[in-house]
Amino acid sequence: MSTSKNAAAAEFSRRQQSPQQRLQHTLHAHPWLSPLVLLAVTSIIFSIANPRYFALGSQSLLLQQVAVIACLAIGQTLIILTGGIDLSVGAITILSMMVMASLASNNGVTGGVALLIGIALAAAAGLLNGLLVTRLNLPPFIVTLGTLSIFMAIAYLYSGGQSIQNSSLPDVINWTGTAFKIGEFSLTVGVIMVIVLYIIVGFALSQTAWGRHVYAVGDDPEAARLSGVASKRVLVSVYTTAGVIYGFAAWIQIGRAGAASPNQLLDVNLDTITAVVIGGTSLFGGRGGLIGSLLGAIIVGSFALGLSLIGVDQQWRLLAIGALILVAVSIDQWIRKVKT
Amino acid sequence: MSLLERLPLTTEHTALENGGIYDQDPILSARDLVVTFGRVIGLDGVSVDLYRGEVLAVIGDNGAGKSTLIKCLTGANTPDSGKIFFEGESVRFNVPQDAREVGIETVYQQLAVIPALDIESNLYLAREERRKGVLGSVFRMLDKRGMRERAALAMKDLGIQTVQNMGQAVETLSGGQRQAVAVARAAAFGSKVIVLDEPSAALGVKESGAVLDLIKRLRDNGLGVILISHNMPHVWEVADRIHIQRLGECAGVVTPQSHDMGEGVAIMTGAKRLEPI
Repeated sequence: MSTSKNAAAAEFSRRQQSPQQRLQHTLHAHPWLSPLVLLAVTSIIFSIANPRYFALGSQSLLLQQVAVIACLAIGQTLIILTGGIDLSVGAITILSMMVMASLASNNGVTGGVALLIGIALAAAAGLLNGLLVTRLNLPPFIVTLGTLSIFMAIAYLYSGGQSIQNSSLPDVINWTGTAFKIGEFSLTVGVIMVIVLYIIVGFALSQTAWGRHVYAVGDDPEAARLSGVASKRVLVSVYTTAGVIYGFAAWIQIGRAGAASPNQLLDVNLDTITAVVIGGTSLFGGRGGLIGSLLGAIIVGSFALGLSLIGVDQQWRLLAIGALILVAVSIDQWIRKVKT
Repeated sequence: MSLLERLPLTTEHTALENGGIYDQDPILSARDLVVTFGRVIGLDGVSVDLYRGEVLAVIGDNGAGKSTLIKCLTGANTPDSGKIFFEGESVRFNVPQDAREVGIETVYQQLAVIPALDIESNLYLAREERRKGVLGSVFRMLDKRGMRERAALAMKDLGIQTVQNMGQAVETLSGGQRQAVAVARAAAFGSKVIVLDEPSAALGVKESGAVLDLIKRLRDNGLGVILISHNMPHVWEVADRIHIQRLGECAGVVTPQSHDMGEGVAIMTGAKRLEPI
């Protein structure tokens, strides 16, 4: 035997890992893999149960149905990556939507200006969350629980609880609902807008220093601060960016629903958190990514679509989603224990 | 440095011994630092000098003010009173970034590395380099490939061969490898002073040996190194001078030649007093 010490060490480092360990490493490096596999499996099951599931019509409907949740999930992902959580997602979106619609319909403001004011208001609401989290050092859960009620109340008071139909809204505001067909596949401007937002924010997260700092702040805030990351500034920018994205989601929602109503979107807080968690992003911050959240939103939508195509009670969807959340969080805990 | 009086060096320490490094002005000095935490006195008028090309160890019992002293020198804490001079100029550090900008790098005890990020991201954290041209200036795109290459070079320069893949997440590394990443990070950016807080505390024998070699290499490259450690054999092995903290004050500065380990510990615990020079 002529193996030197180094060769033995190299051999050791290449030692056989059990299949379980290899799986753990793979999932550690690619957190979006488990939601992708899950989506593939559910899609196959649903399409066997009802072949219409994979019809282009069904799939384009699925995309339109999940567009708003998928859009909001971008903001929620950013915030959860920093180790926070946003319970005011729905409230900010509704507030922004009602202000946009009401300004454009009764107050003689042009559609474009109303839209900008609505998005700016959502950004300001996000900024307020960010400032409360960083200046008062309050936990994000508490901050957004408080602003959830505040923004909701303002939205109700401002709109008087009244819906605004799209017939009284300018074309710019309704533009996100415009559908066009590519063969059998029908897309809306809103769906494309969501995809574009995913590309932009995905680029910022993976290719810029800001993206690295978001992960760093979420993974170990103290180490990030000691390394020279301007943690507070990063947090404020994350909450504000999330606000802007909620503003776009409000616009997309008007196009999708054909009206602006303060009684919509009541479940989106939990829906977005569900999408993010099923998508493999850790609730403890610092791990995960946007692709997973998009897949997570689609998974939740595919359960709704698939079960209704099979003709099963929608309550089964709730049950399945609940189980998925628990599985996703357990997988996350397991992945975090990765070792060489 | 003309403004302030130099601290007397220990009698045994002649300039000749160390190739004249003590003839030059200190790179980093502190005078009469006072830090209080409410009624508790953390530092009670401590002064310290660090020269280029020396390893200055800071030892002391728990609560003696080692960490507080170091935090003042690295910007993690602001002293209530007292002055800090860097290269002869009076400086004031409000945040670690201030100290870093003049060239003082710190490797913290709790290892300021981000476990989920890879080695290259950690080395370049908070000083990422962007691509050239529009991609960098408008789209703020990172030069990942360039940073990865330079990170590998920096690790190689420090003789750290065990880590090959710069894209590996830090949490998958061993304790010694993580420490190496943290030290490489501190040394890689043209810094002039490196502060190491308990660099070998969590390491095995072989790994701490590698870290001590790393410290000697930093000193031989002309950097000023401050080493805080509880490990007396390590201190006596690498330090040029040893600053002993006791009850918030400096109990004296000795050298491994002037005093042996037992005497050092005796001074540190108050069992023995250092005669005034």
